[in-house]
Amino acid sequence: MAGTADTTAATGAGAGARTGTGTAGATAVGARTGTPDGVGASARRPDGTLKVTGEFAYSSDLWHEDMLWGCTLRSPYAHAEIVSVDIGEALAQAGVHTVLTYDDLPAERKNYGLEIKDTPALAHGRVRYHGEPVALVAADHPETARRAAAKIRVEYRELPVVHDEDNALAEDAPLLHAGREDDHAAHVPHPNIVHRQPVVRGDADAAARRADVVVTGTYQVGMQDQAFLGPESGLAVPAEDGGVDLYIATQWLHSDRKQIAPVLGLPEEKVRMTLAGVGGAFGGREDLSMQIHACLLALRTGKPVKMVYNRFESFFGHVHRHPATLRYEHGATRDGRLTHVRCRIVLDGGAYASASPAVVGNAASLSVGPYVVDDVDIEALALYTNNPPCGAMRGFGAVQACFAYEAQLDKLADRLGMDPVELRQRNAMAQGAVMPTGQVVDSPAPVAEILRRVKALPLPPERQWEAAAEGGRGAVDVRALPGGLSNTTRGEGVVRGVGYAVGIKNVGFSEGFDDYSTARVRLEAAGGEPVALVHTAAAEVGQGGVTVHQQIVRTELGVGHVTVHPADTRVGSAGSTSASRQTYVTGGAVRHVCGLVREEVLERGRARFGAHHPAWTSAELLLEGGKVVTSGGEVLASLVEVLGDEPVEAVGEWRHRPTEPFDLTTGQGFGHVQYSFAAHRAVVEVDIELGLVKVVELACAQDVGKAVNPDAVVGQIQGGTTQGLGLAVMEEILVDPSGRVRNPSFTDYLIPTILDTPTIPVDVLELADEHAPYGLRGAGEAPTLSSTPAVLAAIRAATGRELPRVPVRPEHIVDV
Amino acid sequence: MEFLRPRTWQEALAAKAEHPSAVPIAGGTDVMVEINFDHCRPTHLMDLGRVPELHEWEVGSATVRLGASVPYTKIIERLAPELPGLALASHTVGSPQIRNRGSVGGNLGAASPAGDAHPALLAAGAEVEAESVRGARRIPVEDFYTGVKRNALADDELIKYIHIARADGPQQFSKVGTRNAMVIAVCAFSLALHPARRTVRTGIGSAAPTPLRARAAEDFLTVALEEGGHWDSGRPLPPSAARRFAELCAAACDPIDDVRGSAAYRRRAVGVMARRTLGWTWESYRGEERSTRCA
Repeated sequence: MAGTADTTAATGAGAGARTGTGTAGATAVGARTGTPDGVGASARRPDGTLKVTGEFAYSSDLWHEDMLWGCTLRSPYAHAEIVSVDIGEALAQAGVHTVLTYDDLPAERKNYGLEIKDTPALAHGRVRYHGEPVALVAADHPETARRAAAKIRVEYRELPVVHDEDNALAEDAPLLHAGREDDHAAHVPHPNIVHRQPVVRGDADAAARRADVVVTGTYQVGMQDQAFLGPESGLAVPAEDGGVDLYIATQWLHSDRKQIAPVLGLPEEKVRMTLAGVGGAFGGREDLSMQIHACLLALRTGKPVKMVYNRFESFFGHVHRHPATLRYEHGATRDGRLTHVRCRIVLDGGAYASASPAVVGNAASLSVGPYVVDDVDIEALALYTNNPPCGAMRGFGAVQACFAYEAQLDKLADRLGMDPVELRQRNAMAQGAVMPTGQVVDSPAPVAEILRRVKALPLPPERQWEAAAEGGRGAVDVRALPGGLSNTTRGEGVVRGVGYAVGIKNVGFSEGFDDYSTARVRLEAAGGEPVALVHTAAAEVGQGGVTVHQQIVRTELGVGHVTVHPADTRVGSAGSTSASRQTYVTGGAVRHVCGLVREEVLERGRARFGAHHPAWTSAELLLEGGKVVTSGGEVLASLVEVLGDEPVEAVGEWRHRPTEPFDLTTGQGFGHVQYSFAAHRAVVEVDIELGLVKVVELACAQDVGKAVNPDAVVGQIQGGTTQGLGLAVMEEILVDPSGRVRNPSFTDYLIPTILDTPTIPVDVLELADEHAPYGLRGAGEAPTLSSTPAVLAAIRAATGRELPRVPVRPEHIVDV
Repeated sequence: MEFLRPRTWQEALAAKAEHPSAVPIAGGTDVMVEINFDHCRPTHLMDLGRVPELHEWEVGSATVRLGASVPYTKIIERLAPELPGLALASHTVGSPQIRNRGSVGGNLGAASPAGDAHPALLAAGAEVEAESVRGARRIPVEDFYTGVKRNALADDELIKYIHIARADGPQQFSKVGTRNAMVIAVCAFSLALHPARRTVRTGIGSAAPTPLRARAAEDFLTVALEEGGHWDSGRPLPPSAARRFAELCAAACDPIDDVRGSAAYRRRAVGVMARRTLGWTWESYRGEERSTRCA
């Protein structure tokens, strides 16, 4: 692990760079005690033991006396008119408490949506995708609810299906959403385009004439699923005031509430939300799933209602990663300088908008990658189709682009006869570079350096299946071979390939979004000890936000004992647990509010003890190890003495510096608050006769600005790397031409097992971003970008095939 | 759904006679998935977990009598010398948890063309002992598979034992999946050399509506080995013969395109696996021959 807390302090992250580094014990005058498990330490997760031992309560474990079970009836068609709905038989079934359809929606507002409110809470007259919710049942047993739902008679009349760019944009194409009034409707060239964002800078035509070499390619990315382990679930409890309490696994409580309340016809304050245990998210919980449904059933029946999707339903219950077709043209001079990039990125947004507009903005603004190119002509757009709705998933538009531009760079290197890493380094951006959007990258951008680091690593030894085998000469360990335990080769047909890729991801919400978070921190003496409470609405989805909040409070307030209050809507919004932003933004809010608490503590200390010691007013004072100390290390008082019987509490909002929208025709603008960079080197063994792949090693180097929790950072990088590997070689939701999902289960939607997961050496750089708290850089997404193209580059190196599509399948590799 | 829990084999047969639609369940690794996905809603579920003989096996002089519920883990740990092909196939079944529960009886009952045990049973040579209150009968495994997820059992019959020929020579099993573990076969292949009878047998999985033997390939190889005097000399087959064998195995397939793979790929992959497993089995046959001669 490169760098420690000292790196941050030295590179000037401001006064806040005081870091308890966990080095306890020094008590001599002049030495600071510090507070263990603060920022920069690999503090243990407060929920870790419970999760590992299986005792952690996830949202699917919620239970309430007298609760009913909700069930959703979904459309079997991707596009159909609903001719009639007959709920009689379902309603008559014993144990059924209510059956709801569109007609039962209580408020004027029937639709919801993250950006565009185009998604009906229940289908009205028409279904637009396979699996769209049509009706709801509440019954006293989940099986009863399921059977009753099967008795609802819905008569459908199938409609022509919009399934790709050609038939979506045809002049006579059926419109997914006629009469659009959203913010993008006015500027899109066709009503089946959700949003379109060009980015034009310089003169690509003129630059193309300077190019000695031009390469083009059309690339495709399949539909990846977040495949979080905890399916959608929650519990809605009706309240006496006519409101509802909702316990729910989500990524953003306040955004949910803003969408739920109007459909329920309730003011927001009557929809009280508490975060239940979340089993992963990866973007799949940014949109609502069963939130409105459970509340509707609870309010109608007057009873608590629990809903839990099973795995099959989960595949229909959340949005997926946008499949994409990307056409690229790259030009370069003979010495390997990029002259220009032209590209067109078409994302399939499916039936409803979800996060499509923002995904388009990301894909467009990050489409060139971490390279300096002055002349670009870029267009990204998302379609409305009858395919499953797509929205947020880790990497968010940048993943698709990275797969394409990195394939292009390899193609260009090959054409130039140049080493692919050297070509990348020659064009790599650095701090001060100008993005295609005109934005100056104003913090470290060590693109060439992270490439250098992954390249410099020693390669894993050849023919590891022989080294790993027991049983002497000639024996092989099949686990180290393509096919693994399936025993398909002992080395026959196996060719090694090595590939590289690097990517750029924005951190935080972009394009002028007011991206803030709220924190409440209380410090008090209890049982002769100072204890702190930190309360935010930030969704802990597994990423370790709760650990980070504890660490920040320890560092800022010098208190070891920090309790994390359950996340709920009794405190202001924390924003979404997405876009690699929570440590930055809610971490920033916690730190900011700790500062307010600290000031009040010191104020109180001055009032009580100021007369006893001049340092109270003259010196810079810190809170460390439960004490008020001078910057020279002299102890002035214990926190317990200062606090007395009265807690100190503060609440505050914190926001990162503002961004601005991209110009609608040129794409110019200070659109992103921060960028993050990761590079991968993939080493694969490919069985070129069977088309099977064993990824041997996926080395990653990434700059995280400041590793607030180094173990958690490595975990994020390894997880993101593995998710990228999944997209490279196996993960895809298959949709047939009629818009129906063909593999909604873990039997046929495959995610990597431990035998598919390679060694992942991680090299963490900590080059502080002076704009960010502690200098940190959002870390969760960048590794998901470059992992996929690195694996593909390695497979291409082994096979010599073009392989323009992910996930790559065995038949692509053997070309049958 | 009613749940039946016979204590003895006789009770089980009686229950099955009384409720012919009852679905027997042992490890539950297949049946429970079907039920949870709502693919089947049997009127009765019959738990065979308490019937002792289904969990036992007996190694005879020529065959192994395998209880229908003996889990894959036991086959791997205890029966690999006698049933090497089946042990290799068992290794590729699901995860350790699944292998602790799943059994060959379940694979046969489900009769999915993708069942991992089938190619190994076909290659080794096996008979399924089915029984009902009417009596017992033994069905050669190649006659057992009658269609996609259909088998030769009558409504009142249960699988009691699988009688599998003890290996008299090297056996291999290969399976293609798009993941390196815990994967349903895109296609699978098994090969057994039978030096005692100077024959070979094959088994192909997931590349036709039912698991099947590549009979033309077996016949070709049997003749080629005999005519070339290979059983005695131990000399490897000429590459052209190995290629021909692989082609005939591929030609025996009748695959479809589905979410797991294309028909063309399946045919190709079966050919590759046939060629490779032939090389491996012959290599170990030569090794055994050599060590026998030396001893």
